Amino acid sequence: MTEAVPLLSVDNLALEFRTRGGLVRALENVSFHVGTGEIVGIVGESGSGKSVLSHALLRILDSAGRVSAGRAVFNGLDLLAAREAEMRAIRGRKIAMIFQNPRAALNPIRKIGQQLEDVLMQHTHAPRHDIKKRAIECLEQVRIPDALRRYHAYPFELSGGQCQRVMIALAIAAEPALLIADEPTTGLDVTTQAVVMDLIRDLVRRNHMSAILITHDLALASESCDRIVVMHAGHVVETAPTRALFATPRHPYTARLIGATPHDCTDVRTLASIPGSLPDLRAASLPLCRFSARCEQYTSACDQPLPLAVFNQHHSVACHTPL
Amino acid sequence: MARKPVWGTIFRRLLGALPSLAGVVVVTFILTRALPGDPAAFFAGAAATPEAVEEVRKQLGLDKNLAQQFLRYLSELAHGDLGQSLTTGQPVSTELVNRLPASLELTLFGLLLAAVVAIPLGVLAATRRDSWIDHVSRLITTAGVSLPVFFTGLLLIYIFYFKLGWAPSPMGRLDPYASAPATVTGFFIIDSLLARDLGLLTASLKQLLLPAITMAIFVMAPLARMTRAAMLTALSSDYTRTTRAMGLSRYTVVYRYALRNALLPVVTTLGMVFSFMLGANVLVEKVFSWPGIGAYAIEALVASDYAPVQGFVLTMAILYVLLNLVIDVLYSIIDPRMAAQ
Repeated sequence: MTEAVPLLSVDNLALEFRTRGGLVRALENVSFHVGTGEIVGIVGESGSGKSVLSHALLRILDSAGRVSAGRAVFNGLDLLAAREAEMRAIRGRKIAMIFQNPRAALNPIRKIGQQLEDVLMQHTHAPRHDIKKRAIECLEQVRIPDALRRYHAYPFELSGGQCQRVMIALAIAAEPALLIADEPTTGLDVTTQAVVMDLIRDLVRRNHMSAILITHDLALASESCDRIVVMHAGHVVETAPTRALFATPRHPYTARLIGATPHDCTDVRTLASIPGSLPDLRAASLPLCRFSARCEQYTSACDQPLPLAVFNQHHSVACHTPL
Repeated sequence: MARKPVWGTIFRRLLGALPSLAGVVVVTFILTRALPGDPAAFFAGAAATPEAVEEVRKQLGLDKNLAQQFLRYLSELAHGDLGQSLTTGQPVSTELVNRLPASLELTLFGLLLAAVVAIPLGVLAATRRDSWIDHVSRLITTAGVSLPVFFTGLLLIYIFYFKLGWAPSPMGRLDPYASAPATVTGFFIIDSLLARDLGLLTASLKQLLLPAITMAIFVMAPLARMTRAAMLTALSSDYTRTTRAMGLSRYTVVYRYALRNALLPVVTTLGMVFSFMLGANVLVEKVFSWPGIGAYAIEALVASDYAPVQGFVLTMAILYVLLNLVIDVLYSIIDPRMAAQ
């Protein structure tokens, strides 16, 4: 799939936040791509910059954040350099996004049918009387039972799982080419999580969309994704097809993440944890490898600029001492 | 998903207000009796003999003990009788009914002015945060709230009537040569419109403008500040982020989504400042010789004329109850979560 021009290709993206505590270098040298029809997982612990990355791609960062370098080419257009008017034509229509905590992500005092219609009115040229029909179809597509009645419901009258279905309906309403799902199952109970993930996967496959699944849950990503991008403290540390990543993790952090993921037959007591925590990104001089302080493979070579070791065409690692 | 009808809510709220109204009746009765000064001596006049004063006291029922006086007050109240003013000799209820529209017209028009200026100002200050308009808005509102309301009134009179001569003399609702429109609502603006009398409409608007602006300046600050804060909260919320991520137009994001959500705290503030204004009314009416219930209450208070004071406080209490009711109804219209409870 990588031979063809990818749908989205992010190169050397760097992003910083101005805060009272100083400049936070939230992303550095972030590169990855998403092919047409591909589901790519972006995995990392909280604070690794996954969500910020997705907000930067849609340019919905809050005003303290600033992209300082890099490109993100989508369908030939650099999202980071595009004019605001061009971005408005992209958001919701070419790239759509669903968020964690779906109940808060929906307007609490607007009927969900109206919220769907707002999106449909913005992005389709369907005549007014068709819009309501289209909105109900969208609700049916995400398998909301009794869609006609739910059309008139407010978010507080729905369960968390149903709210996330409504979010998905909003996202796919304009049939975008790329769906970004930012922790779509966080805060849902386990059964609902599975149902929601199945729904996302089905819709992406059926509508020939691509998707980016952002999650801290490596197991969740392994079930749905073709490839996985592992992030740590604003760096991409490893990129590999899902199977290769689990079979032969090359970056010490990835290996430890997999070791920390429970499987069917692992005992809780044998689960490993990763020592230390993310470095403070406000620090004036961060180590070149931001994992070095937590890494058992650390050698003095690790203080040199990071190489990008490529094991085969699809598997790359940013590490001096790969496994 | 069935929502309760608004009427049921209104009825329950009115029922719930009865205990507080009963409390107000008791407290006003006690407070007016505790006022300094002897109404009987005042009413009998400076030259009256002690016997005459005692005679008046008997007539007024003031020789009875407090409990008996209270029972009498209650039974009169039950018949809609608020007693008589000792200074004007008119029944208090008639005077209050005649004067209430003047106060309400002034207060509501002032509130409308304040809302029309302060809410857009707050929205602009939030959407263009830290721009010049944000700073100008902060400056105007801070200045407005730092001036006492009677001073603002006198200042406006000095500038626009005395110096510039743009405003008519601050002597009530109409100049002495004009006659009031036929009473339908008691609001001169509405009544003159109903009578299709444009001349009268401009005349009453001219009189109304300065006192209404005085009131508006007084309450603009909390309104603008609350609008700005509520808009900032709404604009940084998750659902606003969703609308931006979905590519909705800026108009939809700011007005259809953020502003409507921000209106809830703004409505609360509107109710709060309206009650401030009912209090400020007393001073503004005095400064502009406005024939409302505030000016009436002040004159009565100065003369130890307790019946109008009692009537005034009771009227205010009823206004407060109605005001809170209106706010609750507005709430349930804006926020479906309230209506569902």
